[in-house]
Amino acid sequence: MPEKISTRVAYGEALAECGADKNIVVFDADLSICTMSCIFRDKYPKRFFESGIAEANMIGMAAGVATTGKIVFCNSFATFTAGRAYDQIRNSVAYPHLNVKIVGTHAGLSAGEDGPTHQCIEDLALMRAIPGMTVICPSDTNETKAAVHAVIKYDGPCYLRLGRLPVDPVTDNKEGYHFKIGKGVQMCQGRDVTLIATGIMVQKAVKAAELLQTEGVSARVIDMHTIKPIDRDIILKAAAETGAIVTAEEHNILGGLGGAVAEIVAEANPVPVLRVGVNDRFGHSGTALQLMQRYGLTAEHITKQAKLAIKMKKP
Amino acid sequence: MNNEKERNLRLTAARIRKAGLKAIQYANSGHVGGSFSAAEIMTVLYFDKMNIDPKNPHWEDRDRFVLSKGHCTPTMYATLALRGFFPEAALKGFRSVDSNLSGHMEMRHIPGIDMSTGSLGQGFSAAVGMALSAKIYGKSWRTYVILGDGEIEEGQVWEAAMSAGNYHLNNLTAFIDNNGLQLDGPISEIMSPYPIADKLRAFGWNVVEINGHDCAQISDAVDAAVAFKGKPTMIIAKTVKGKGVSFMENQVRFHGSVPNQEEFKQAFAELDNQITELEGTDYA
Repeated sequence: MPEKISTRVAYGEALAECGADKNIVVFDADLSICTMSCIFRDKYPKRFFESGIAEANMIGMAAGVATTGKIVFCNSFATFTAGRAYDQIRNSVAYPHLNVKIVGTHAGLSAGEDGPTHQCIEDLALMRAIPGMTVICPSDTNETKAAVHAVIKYDGPCYLRLGRLPVDPVTDNKEGYHFKIGKGVQMCQGRDVTLIATGIMVQKAVKAAELLQTEGVSARVIDMHTIKPIDRDIILKAAAETGAIVTAEEHNILGGLGGAVAEIVAEANPVPVLRVGVNDRFGHSGTALQLMQRYGLTAEHITKQAKLAIKMKKP
Repeated sequence: MNNEKERNLRLTAARIRKAGLKAIQYANSGHVGGSFSAAEIMTVLYFDKMNIDPKNPHWEDRDRFVLSKGHCTPTMYATLALRGFFPEAALKGFRSVDSNLSGHMEMRHIPGIDMSTGSLGQGFSAAVGMALSAKIYGKSWRTYVILGDGEIEEGQVWEAAMSAGNYHLNNLTAFIDNNGLQLDGPISEIMSPYPIADKLRAFGWNVVEINGHDCAQISDAVDAAVAFKGKPTMIIAKTVKGKGVSFMENQVRFHGSVPNQEEFKQAFAELDNQITELEGTDYA
């Protein structure tokens, strides 16, 4: 069993592993020991730069470096990249479609005790609304490392959403697992309902499916690591074959994974879609685990919503 | 700078103003005031100083240019057209739905544009990134950037200024087009950025102050910046908004408002007079 680490640690390791590619330049805004870009910094100090506590300029400088043909990573907490530097990401990176990878760590409620100013429950919505942006939220170590390799190969702007909490390995033992940007991963087969989850909620959806199994409910689980471009085919197949969907994300229920899935389903094959996430309110200080409980980001809540979704199916 | 060279640069600047004004007339929109105040700076950079190849706009070792005051596309596009990056006839499409010459510049579809700009302050950071990249990879090309004096009210400008000073980017030459006016009025009344030179010196910059309509002074300042070691150079260019057309000069209205038909007529007449006069100057 691999060591249980957070996706930000997996990211930091993968970035450093890829650092031999001399085209990679990394920026951080005074949080490198939190975003884990410090591993790259220590290995490749000549291609690592601090913007200092100045995220707007970090994104702008990264865009400038990217215009010279380089692959540039920008690191900070999600709320300080996707949130604070939104306009720079939109205008300096995405509009000219530059090869900048925006990394947001401590996403969702995982900043925990730091409270709502350092948590981020809006980043998927913000980044997803920008034309041409690729948005990825990996679930575990294995998937995070695969995602890092994939975004380096991909020529264009990406947002990589990472968490602070250690996560259970969920994709390691998945037979035939292959990471491809824009392709969801079916974690298990199911007939009655589909649980579509992203990030840390994938492990909870897998657990929810196990709980449902004990009650005789067959739940399909999809790991939707790419929020944009979202895997339309796997969603519509799930809608057609299971007739009910529950989404799960460590994010506001508005505008993120739940919104993206509901948009697809509503337009092509309306079936019940219930969204598990933060119910449009700010977080609070507390341990991340306490907050996940309080805001309903649990396997038990997913299970409850799954049963409700099944009840809502049209006969 | 000899008289003939200076005459030629002044003539080019006048032609750029005329071509830019035509673009504004075609579009019936566009920013004339700040375009005209930057005309000589752009002329000296594109027709004398910068190492560029209009036939190969993506040439890896070219000097880079960012017009951070991204609304001044009339002068940018006119400069690129006259320098041979694309035909002057393309200016007819300025700001139109069928053309790539959008209101604020976009690097993906316009030959010669090194960075998309428009949201103020951002181009400056990108220029710092370009200069940083040259340092990282041991490249000898230089980066030039022009900022508006209203633009420097943006906080990001000072973040970028701090970084360029911190990283000792002596391969970066920046200009502030100090025409003194922004959309809502004089910069000293809206949100005074003065004293500009002292602030930038404190941020680690070599600062030079010149008359931004004097081609010889611009040329000398650029040469001095290239020779200066250890710091980026900011050339604060005192300019006149709407320079070159008498009734537009120092008028806030001509930040972004379009002249009426009578005003267009008079403006073209004034610019044509300047062009004719300069063409007729004989240094032989």
